[in-house]
Amino acid sequence: MLGTELQVERRRLLDRTERSGRRARPNGALWLPSLLLALVVFAPHALAQSRDEEFLAVLGELGDASFLDKEHIVERLSRSGHPSTRAVLTAFLEDRLYVRAKDRKIVIVKSMDDGVAPFDLVDPVSLQDAGSGARDEVTRIGTNNRLRKLLKTTVARFDLSSPDPAVKLAAVQEMLRDLDQASIALLGGRAGVETDAAVKEEIETGLALAALDGGDPRARLDAVATLARRLRPQVRNRLAGVLEKGADGNFVEPDEKVRQAAAAAVRRIDRSRALYAGVETLFFGLSVGSVLVLVAIGLAITFGVMGVINMAHGELMMLGAYTTYVVQLAMPRHIGLSILVAIPAAFLVAGLAGVIVERTIIRFLYGRPLETLLATFGVSLVLQQSVRSLFSANNRSVETPPWMSGTLQLNDALAITFNRLYIVIFTLIVFAILLVVLKRTRLGLDIRAVSQNRAMAQAMGIRTGWVDAMTFGLGSGIAGIAGVALSQFTNVGPNLGQAYIIDSFMVVVFGGVGNLWGTLVGGMSMGVVNQLLEPYAGAVLAKIFVLVALILFIQRWPRGLFPQTGRAAESQ
Amino acid sequence: MLTRVVRVGRRLWTAWDADRGGTVLLVLLAGVAIAVPALNQLAPASSALHLSTYSLSLIGKYLCYAMLALALDLVWGYGGILSLGHAAFFALGGYAMGMYLMRQIGSRGVYGDPILPDFMVFLNWQKLPWFWVGFNHFWFALLVIAALPALLALLFGWFAFRSRVTGVYFSIMTQALSYALMLAFFRNDMGFGGNNGFTDFKDILGFDLHEDGTRVMLVVVTAAALAASYLACRAIVGSRAGRLFRAIRDAESRARFLGYRVESYKLWVFVFSAVLAGIAGALYVPQVGIINPGEFAPINSIEAVIWVAVGGRGTLFGAAAGAVLVNYAKTYFTGALPELWLYALGALFVLVTLFLPRGLVGLGASRRRAVQAGAAAPVIWALGSHVGVSLGSKLK
Repeated sequence: MLGTELQVERRRLLDRTERSGRRARPNGALWLPSLLLALVVFAPHALAQSRDEEFLAVLGELGDASFLDKEHIVERLSRSGHPSTRAVLTAFLEDRLYVRAKDRKIVIVKSMDDGVAPFDLVDPVSLQDAGSGARDEVTRIGTNNRLRKLLKTTVARFDLSSPDPAVKLAAVQEMLRDLDQASIALLGGRAGVETDAAVKEEIETGLALAALDGGDPRARLDAVATLARRLRPQVRNRLAGVLEKGADGNFVEPDEKVRQAAAAAVRRIDRSRALYAGVETLFFGLSVGSVLVLVAIGLAITFGVMGVINMAHGELMMLGAYTTYVVQLAMPRHIGLSILVAIPAAFLVAGLAGVIVERTIIRFLYGRPLETLLATFGVSLVLQQSVRSLFSANNRSVETPPWMSGTLQLNDALAITFNRLYIVIFTLIVFAILLVVLKRTRLGLDIRAVSQNRAMAQAMGIRTGWVDAMTFGLGSGIAGIAGVALSQFTNVGPNLGQAYIIDSFMVVVFGGVGNLWGTLVGGMSMGVVNQLLEPYAGAVLAKIFVLVALILFIQRWPRGLFPQTGRAAESQ
Repeated sequence: MLTRVVRVGRRLWTAWDADRGGTVLLVLLAGVAIAVPALNQLAPASSALHLSTYSLSLIGKYLCYAMLALALDLVWGYGGILSLGHAAFFALGGYAMGMYLMRQIGSRGVYGDPILPDFMVFLNWQKLPWFWVGFNHFWFALLVIAALPALLALLFGWFAFRSRVTGVYFSIMTQALSYALMLAFFRNDMGFGGNNGFTDFKDILGFDLHEDGTRVMLVVVTAAALAASYLACRAIVGSRAGRLFRAIRDAESRARFLGYRVESYKLWVFVFSAVLAGIAGALYVPQVGIINPGEFAPINSIEAVIWVAVGGRGTLFGAAAGAVLVNYAKTYFTGALPELWLYALGALFVLVTLFLPRGLVGLGASRRRAVQAGAAAPVIWALGSHVGVSLGSKLK
């Protein structure tokens, strides 16, 4: 497709030069340069024009040709070297080549549908729009199986010689779907000259699949050896077919050695596929765990470090998600950029909300954790209702930037979606930044000092009130950032926070309160376990299992995976 | 004769003076038990005094909530155990009652199956699951209503208290338990009607649930149950074990070092409280006519906590009053100003925790104390100065 677009572009360029040439001609004083220019401009153009005419003439014969004649015409077209050949042949293959009744002109129909609206027509030579035609004014140029096969091979050959490896790869894969003698011959011809590694591998697969049906046991053995390194289910099933017995009770494959090699190859493929399936589950689990870590890590600060049971944590995430929505509204033309802008914006919005809540409510409740639970729950209700009043109770749609969609195909058995990959990376970055802030900055030092011994920290001249506000603001801001990430995965609505609040508390408690690493390990392992259970138990039951397992875990190890030790633990 | 009257009078006065709030509560409940049947059955429908069916079910609902609040106050107010899973016990009791009521429908369901409830027919179930067997008997349902929450509380509490999961951790664990149960009951395969739960009940013990008479009886029974649970809770907190329970709240380690088995005290009160919550749920279901997994939602538990906090924790009658007041406000606000209800509830949470740590009861008590102190101050001052003067004169 890219090829045809380029052709069209070139034609437009030529048209423009032609027009400028015409304008230059009447100027008598410049006749010599004009002549030179005309020579330069028209010589190739004239050549192209004669080629267009020839192409059109050959094409015109299609209108009344028999199937056999059509085959010859296709051969001649493919040898013409005209830039529109591939488009015309593809249209022919897809039954989109028509002949117009009134002037016997061949036209391409843009797209087929079952409606009654007139067809949008395309000129087969210039590949530009040629108006529209009523359905009864045009007749389809018929094809039969033989002709379609020829067309397919011809189009494939065109694609195989394309300079773009992606086009070549697609062509080979298309051929592999339904191998016939002609495609095998074509692939065989191409195998020696192909330079692109991926295309070459694909061609080898095709040839090996074909060779399995061949008469020479040696060739079959080589083919099995080649195929053993592939992961595609199609290849595996073909190899398994070698091991089967026919209707007469004999093996389909007469040679014992080939059968053994095939059996080993099938085992090998199964093993690799199982391995990659495991890797995929692990990665899925890590990505689910990353979301858990992300939603819990802010809580690890407010709950773990400060001892505040912040039930409004979910609503702070909701604020972050709504910030993303508003940022996208503000910059509708730069969706890809909006997420990057939303991250600091959400941090500021949620962080500010956190500081306000801390200064007005929570600071009066330090040392009374159960009371903070009630008060922050009240805050969460108010935040929910304000969002409902401001944005309505309906979910808002946040767009996913284009760079976040799509998959990374590592091999035939393993594909990773970009959004999952990004969430893992994003979580790790946020975690690293948080760790640096807590361990390497003045603020982090103050935070740790206040959480360990408030009175002593105050005596040393630390403004504990300010540190409290900043700590709570930091945790809340991180919740806002988590909200940006969540806006890409779930519905952005007033209830977004509630869905995650219990999970995030479980992660923090499981990991060990006051331990960031515990939160990371706890969240990731919860995600992986959840993902491992899901195929057997279903999503809801897996979640219930994880919750129950956590409840039991806390009974045995009440202070989580990484308990605090020493004096800090005693005070809790 | 006269001395006997005086003695009875003095005893009544001491009882009143010892628990004024509780006495008011009991008197009010007796009033409800008398006034509700009178106003609904005797007052003509046209009269302004007539109690509508809607009000009947509202009163019944409030009383059930009051009972749940009472149960919660027992463990939170007196034991310092903030359970965020009491809605789960409430819902379990409700589900047990719901199963009995479903079986009572019999062949009057939409599909007319004499044994299977409608949702099972709909899901193509062939026979009644084993855990539904027996629910056609009222006594069996009663047994399960008490036993199921008790068993869950026993199991959970035994593990939790034994490994000394306390405070915040206990709250979060109970919340997770409630959440897990909610997820489980949402599943259709569980055999509890999934998302829709149970509804469309017909009758209880042969009485039509749509009749006002039956509803009046239910309200009276609920009021009686609330009164009985209040007396039981008061007996518990007044007993030696109750005093120890309070000691555990205030200094758990010290109580343990004195040689008491802290875990078992906590466990038994927790189990008793769960049973109360279960009974409240069972009374709730026939009066509101529906039970679904939403009742397990963690927010319900937290709301129950706020009733207790508003009323005044550690007072029992305050918790019951708080439940009625907050729910009355909820009914009023969601009807008149639906937008404002969550703001009001949220503000209530914040204001009560910040300014009324002892709830409305605390407000009343502190005023009375202030008044008493105000009245007594001059006397004490006068006494003190007199003693001081006389002492001083003697020392000279």
